[in-house]
Amino acid sequence: MTAVLEIQDLSVSYRTPAGEPCPALAGVSLDLKPGEVLGVLGESGSGKSTLAAAIVRLLPPNGHITGGTVLLDGKSLSQSTSEELRQIRGGRLALIFQEPSLALHPTMRAGEQVRQVLAAHGFLPTSALKEKTRQIFAQIFPQDAERISRSYPHQLSGGQRQRVLIAQAIACNPAVIIADEPTASLDPTTQLEILDVFRDIRERLGLAMIFITHNPALLSGLADRVLILYGGRAVELGPTAEVLASPRHPYTKALIQSIPASFDERIANRKTRMVAIAGDSWRSTSSQRGCCFEPRCVEAMDICREREPALVNLGINRTVSCFKYES
Amino acid sequence: MKAESATTDGSLQPLLKVESLVKLYMKRNLAGVQEEVRALDGVSFAIEAGTTLAVVGESGSGKSTLAFCVACLENPTSGSICFASRNIVAISERHRRKVRPQIQLIFQDPANSLNPRWSALDILNEPLALQRKLNREEMKQRAYGLLDRVGLPSEIANRPPAELSGGQRQRLAIARALALEPKLLILDEALSAIDCSIQAQIVNLLMDLQTSLRMTYLFITHDLSMAAHLADEIAVMRRGRIVEHGPTEKVLQQPESETTQQLLKAMPRMIRPALPEMQR
Repeated sequence: MTAVLEIQDLSVSYRTPAGEPCPALAGVSLDLKPGEVLGVLGESGSGKSTLAAAIVRLLPPNGHITGGTVLLDGKSLSQSTSEELRQIRGGRLALIFQEPSLALHPTMRAGEQVRQVLAAHGFLPTSALKEKTRQIFAQIFPQDAERISRSYPHQLSGGQRQRVLIAQAIACNPAVIIADEPTASLDPTTQLEILDVFRDIRERLGLAMIFITHNPALLSGLADRVLILYGGRAVELGPTAEVLASPRHPYTKALIQSIPASFDERIANRKTRMVAIAGDSWRSTSSQRGCCFEPRCVEAMDICREREPALVNLGINRTVSCFKYES
Repeated sequence: MKAESATTDGSLQPLLKVESLVKLYMKRNLAGVQEEVRALDGVSFAIEAGTTLAVVGESGSGKSTLAFCVACLENPTSGSICFASRNIVAISERHRRKVRPQIQLIFQDPANSLNPRWSALDILNEPLALQRKLNREEMKQRAYGLLDRVGLPSEIANRPPAELSGGQRQRLAIARALALEPKLLILDEALSAIDCSIQAQIVNLLMDLQTSLRMTYLFITHDLSMAAHLADEIAVMRRGRIVEHGPTEKVLQQPESETTQQLLKAMPRMIRPALPEMQR
């Protein structure tokens, strides 16, 4: 099957106030098949939000795409005019952000905010917008759709606001949804509810999704494949169950190990020292040489300090960027 | 460390004892009519010195209001808070000033609780300077001692928070809280904003401090998994009340209240055993 979204060698750099370049993404490639969910896992500073912003070309003014291409339906987004991009965003390619209270208009009713998305893309005659909005709300809110559509954002709970954003995202039947930490600001019970909504729309609408998170546990049962970002590089990519059950990159290994195997194990090991990854999170420097994880890596070798590892194929759909697997 | 928790007759007094605490907030609804919000509705508990009590609950359950009341940042409407056998609600502000340094707060996001224009050294010196007990040279020595205590290299002393990583910033916030040698640390979601790979380091640091300084923690969180690791006892809150309170193992393995069961139900899929589920 051909990919609906294809990213080749994408590199992004920010410019600091002092004018120095600060690389945030370095040669990330991925492809997304129709209906597929790709989880992007990384800690803060790994470049995951930069990846989302670069795909839809919404980088802040000091951010620049320094290389690579993004193809949507085989067409390069870097050659699209700003008017074409406006139609693509929210149309074929929808976005869901982390903080639903900031992404919604505070003085506009929820229903109107979804109706305007439909109106802006002009798929439907004006007379049909109201009915379509009602249908979308009925899908996302099995109960209370009518009341919520008439509510203002401040009258809604965090979970309900996040659902309104999802309603906006699916309004124009997109091919791809990019969700950047959509559950990070919610408490655990609501988080599960929202994950169920994502599973549900994914099954019902068959759309492809890039689900960005820092929490590996959220991806099970949702993502088909997972991409691990560290230091702006795709250090590991593969089917979710395989990567989480038998991680290959030292960073992925350490990350998975720091999650307890079960709740009972956590209680049993209460007050004992936790397995921690030594050192600090990666920070971008332009003068970097060698592997970005080397300073924290327990398996580091001499070569890791000299140059960057290339991507190694470990089988179908499985790549890792580490010298241990180069031969 | 002095055994201040022991009374003259030798029986142990808890370091912190909260009884029937009530906090009402007045808010105006959209029509301008005043409404009463019962943020805390008769909360009672005690913490022994050197132990950790985790207070868990969903957002809006009153956890943070409780933290603010114990830290003397909010005045409770009624009830008592006894710290080291003294009711800090009833005493005068002048006396409360002597108690405040012994209770310190650590917030969720160190990026928002550290002055961005100050260096790490300035940040650590502020509480010491306010106490006016040490001269400049002593303060500097104490600050470097604090950096060392929380595992920060002395090179960072002159850097502003923006030049520190998230984990380093939280270590700095902990160092600042330790500056006045508190007996009780209130951790208000202090681990929630930190990356998984750094969280374990901070947890280890907190446990080391508990062992070496016999620190007492009031750990406010919605993360049951972290509560399970750090806490000796867990109190579960819902709508301003404690609905369940007991030893960690008991609360988590034989939960009695519906709230605890619901919180636990939201957990298992978030940890590893659920992962192979994908292999269908």
